[in-house]
This record gives sequence, C-alpha cells and structure tokens, in this order.
Amino acid sequence: MGEICLTDEFILETHGLTKEFAGFFAVRDVNLKVKRGTIHALIGPNGAGKTTCFNLLTKFLKPSAGTILYKGQDITALAPADVARLGLVRSFQISAVFPHLTALENVRVALQRQHGASFDFWRSKSVLDQYNHRAEELLEDVGLSEFTKTPAVEMPYGRKRALEIATTLALDPEMMLLDEPMAGMGHEDIDKIAALIKRISAKYTILMVEHNLSVVSNLSDIITVLTRGKVLAEGSYADLTKDERVKEAYLGAGHG
Amino acid sequence: MTTITENAIPEPRRGTSDAMIAFVIMTALLLIVPLTGVYPFFVMQALCFALLACAFNLLIGYGGLLSFGHAMFLGTAGYFTAHALKVWGFTPELGILIGTLGAAALGVITGLIAIRRQGIYFAMITLALSQLLYFVYLQTPFTHGEDGIQGIPQGFLFGIFNLSKPITLYYVILAGFLLGFLLIYRAINSPFGEVLKAIRENEPRAISLGYKTDQYKLLAYILSGTLAGFAGSLKVFVAQNASLTDVHWTMSGEIVLMTLVGGLGTIFGPVVGAFVIIAMQQYLAGFGQWVTVIQGAIFVICVLTFRRGVIGEIAHYFKRSL
Repeated sequence: MGEICLTDEFILETHGLTKEFAGFFAVRDVNLKVKRGTIHALIGPNGAGKTTCFNLLTKFLKPSAGTILYKGQDITALAPADVARLGLVRSFQISAVFPHLTALENVRVALQRQHGASFDFWRSKSVLDQYNHRAEELLEDVGLSEFTKTPAVEMPYGRKRALEIATTLALDPEMMLLDEPMAGMGHEDIDKIAALIKRISAKYTILMVEHNLSVVSNLSDIITVLTRGKVLAEGSYADLTKDERVKEAYLGAGHG
Repeated sequence: MTTITENAIPEPRRGTSDAMIAFVIMTALLLIVPLTGVYPFFVMQALCFALLACAFNLLIGYGGLLSFGHAMFLGTAGYFTAHALKVWGFTPELGILIGTLGAAALGVITGLIAIRRQGIYFAMITLALSQLLYFVYLQTPFTHGEDGIQGIPQGFLFGIFNLSKPITLYYVILAGFLLGFLLIYRAINSPFGEVLKAIRENEPRAISLGYKTDQYKLLAYILSGTLAGFAGSLKVFVAQNASLTDVHWTMSGEIVLMTLVGGLGTIFGPVVGAFVIIAMQQYLAGFGQWVTVIQGAIFVICVLTFRRGVIGEIAHYFKRSL
C-alpha cells in the first residue's frame, strides 16, 4: 500500500514491538518512529534491549508481538534477506566482513547480488570484473583505496568497519541500521568513522545503537533512550541531558 | 562455523596461474600412467574416488557444509548405471547419464530436507538419510542385496571406444575425471562460488546483504551430489559391479578422510588424499584388518599435526593457493 513515500515523514515505525524470551521481556511495547533523512540514535545502559531491538527490525529475530512498518509497508512477517532487498540494511556489532575475501571482493559480493548472475556456477568469475570500477569507487569513498587487494582479515579494525559501510552502501540502501559502529575503536578511527557516517547521512536515513555519548551527541538528530526493554525518553541530546530520568538510568544503574 | 572449516585455505589470489601449472603437471602425470607399469586398475579406482572427494570438497571446503552421507550418491548412481547397463542393455553413455541424473534427483530430495539445519545437525541428517537409503538398497530386489549387481558389461562408449580394453577404459575414466574436476574448479571460481565463499565466511552478513543463503547451499549440495554420482557411475565400469559397500556409512567416512588428508578447501587436496588412501588400501592389504587401524592412526596424526592436509600445508608454506 505504502508507495506514497514522498509524503511519508517516517521511514520506519514500530507499534507495540515486543520480544519475550521465556518470560523475560527483552523489548517491551516499543513504539519507535524514525524520520526520513535523519540520524536517529538508540541508547541505553547494557541490557536495555538495543541489540534485540535491532535484530527485530531486521528480522533476525521474530517479534513476540507488535508490527514493524517500513515505508508504510508491514514487514513484520518478512525474512531477513527480503528486508535487506527492500533497502533496509544492517551492520553488526562485531565487524561483519568476509575475512578471506579482499576488500574489493567484499564490496563486489554486495554489488553482485543486485545485478543477478549469482547462481551462475558455469561462468568464470571474471564476469564479476565489470563491478570492479564501482567497487573501487565505493572503497575510495570510505578512504580504503590502498586496501583494495588486501584480504579483510589483514585490515586494521577501524578499516574493517569502513569496509563494512562501503559494502552496505554498495546495496544502495535507503536506510542503514548501524549496531555500535564505534565499538572497540581508538580515537582516531572514531573520528574518521563519525565523519563518514555524517557524510553518508546526507543521502540515507540512519538508525544506530551507540555507547559513545560524545559520538551520539555530535551525530544524532534525535535520540531514543531505552531501559529494561522500554522507551524511557526521546528527544534531542540537549533535551535529554536535562532529563532526570535519563541521568538516573545512566548514572544510577548503568555507570554506578 | 565449525572448527574444520576455519582451516579452509583463503581465496586464490595469484592462485590462477599456480593452479594452472599444478593442473598441467597432474594431467601429464595421469596421461603417462599406463606407460609406467603402475597397476591401471588401482589408478582408475583412485581417479573415481578423487572425483568423489573433489565433489565432497565443493560442499564442505567452499560451502562449509559437512555431509556425512555422500556415499549415498556414489552408491545410488552406481546401482542405476549398473542396472541400466546389465538389465536394460543401455549404452555406456546412457548408463552414466542415468546414474548421474539419479544422483542429482537424490540431491534435490535429500538437499531440501538436510539444508534446513547446520553444523552437526546437517551432518547427522545426511548420515540418517544415507542409512535409510542403505536399508532400502539392502531390501529392494534390483540391487540383489548382499550380492550386489555383478558382471556388468562394459560395452562401447559412443559406439567407438571398447571399454573392456584396459587402456581405452583408463583414458575414458581419466577424461571423465578431468571433466568433473574442471567443472568443480569452474564452480568454485564462478559468480556462484563467490557467494558460496561469502556465506561460508559470514552467513549472517550474507543474509543482511539480501542473499537467501539456503538457496545457494542447496545448489552447492545438488552440484556436489550430482558430481559424486558421476564418479559413482564411472566406477561401475572399473569395478564391473555395484555393491552395498558403496552406500555404506563407512564409505562416507572414507570420503571425509580422503579430503582431510589431502587438504580441505584446496583444489588438488582431495585428489592427493584419494590416491593416498586408495594406495594404502591397495599396498597395505597384506596387513588385513590392520589397514583400518593404520588408517585411523593416520587420520589422528593428520588432524593433530598437519591440519591443513598435504596440499593445504604445502600451499600454506609457499603462500600459494592450490
């Protein structure tokens, strides 16, 4: 029904999203609305349900209750690969690259999916060379030109995250879900990846889970705070810093 | 991923030319075998098992799926080909076609069931399915149960090549092996092979890129089963019989052993592994039942000391891809 995208202010919405694991509610009755073209951050203390929420949105987990609307279309019942095909692509907390493929090949795997021929077992893989140019462009875009021929496993951690983003961009998604893009990174890498995210946000809607609050404050247009599986507060960083409940959740419980 | 697949050799880099040289050497050696006085029956048998192991390796080495029931493809194709030749009086090429297609059909049916699970569960389902088939073949009249199908006429391939002449048979088997080997090599280095490797390396990520990974695994399984069946059909002409041994689970175990000894996820490893194991069975036959013990010991040593297998260790040492 929902091909009225231009008027749709919200690209992704959840209604009463709930995930129960044997009596424990990891995510409870979450109503999330992500505005098109924004960077939306999901924060909260450990165990607040952020990653579970991500897994629900990308269908890696099945919700116990609630619905998920993407561009007005109900995607609650779709398979994860189908969600990706609609342009809602996720990253993972642990850097998700194909370790023994080169950076170029990593990106090419993504390009190849959209253009078909992925089942052709009788053709030489040299037919994939047609994607090399586009793959090189994407790598250059995230500052990885020098790593084109390097197997992903040999790249520094921060560069792997950049490669992951390049691979995601290769799908030309409408919306990216980044699960802790800064996890395990040093200062220098954080600045680079933050600048990269800021830059790509001009074209894509981004929902990210992130622990690093300075990154969140610099990048995010809007922030949703989760605690114990529920939405505690939502607003801009400035609003939230004034919110007593948020302070308590972080200083009281999380960072005691 | 299982610990076994973690040892898989990385994607070929400057590998193409290395593999080409290795292929030329292998082909040259195999071409001159009849001149060297090596027992040709042994080499033909080893070639059939080498193709079988290569087909198996396509699935585990590049798809990350450990099948513990690959003997069912070998045996099924063998029975189909043997029956077509002996009872229906088909020509060799038609017999091979029927055997291979039979294995392909079996691949589709068992694949749809097995592919739903991963790791140890996948291995157990394939084992269970092959055991199920073993009992079917034990009971159905056309296989002649314990006796097997004996005295199969070899006939004339394409009406020209007299397969009862050992030298002709040798080159026909060699041609069949090379055809299968090249097909597998191509599949590994195809657009499909790239996706398969990506799935082996990181399946959740492949899914998040929009790949329906089950479909790729199913195709790999069917291809692997079909080529294993092709090996089984060729073997009928060498052994001139089709028996329960080829569907027994110990055969599935031997396929795993050959691949591990030679080098999992390497292109030439399974070939070397098959020759080593078949040679052991051939030349250590004097030790009787002890062959099994020796094989077991070699398996343990292999896993403990050179986990990458013969070719895998060589490739690793020279930083080449073979």
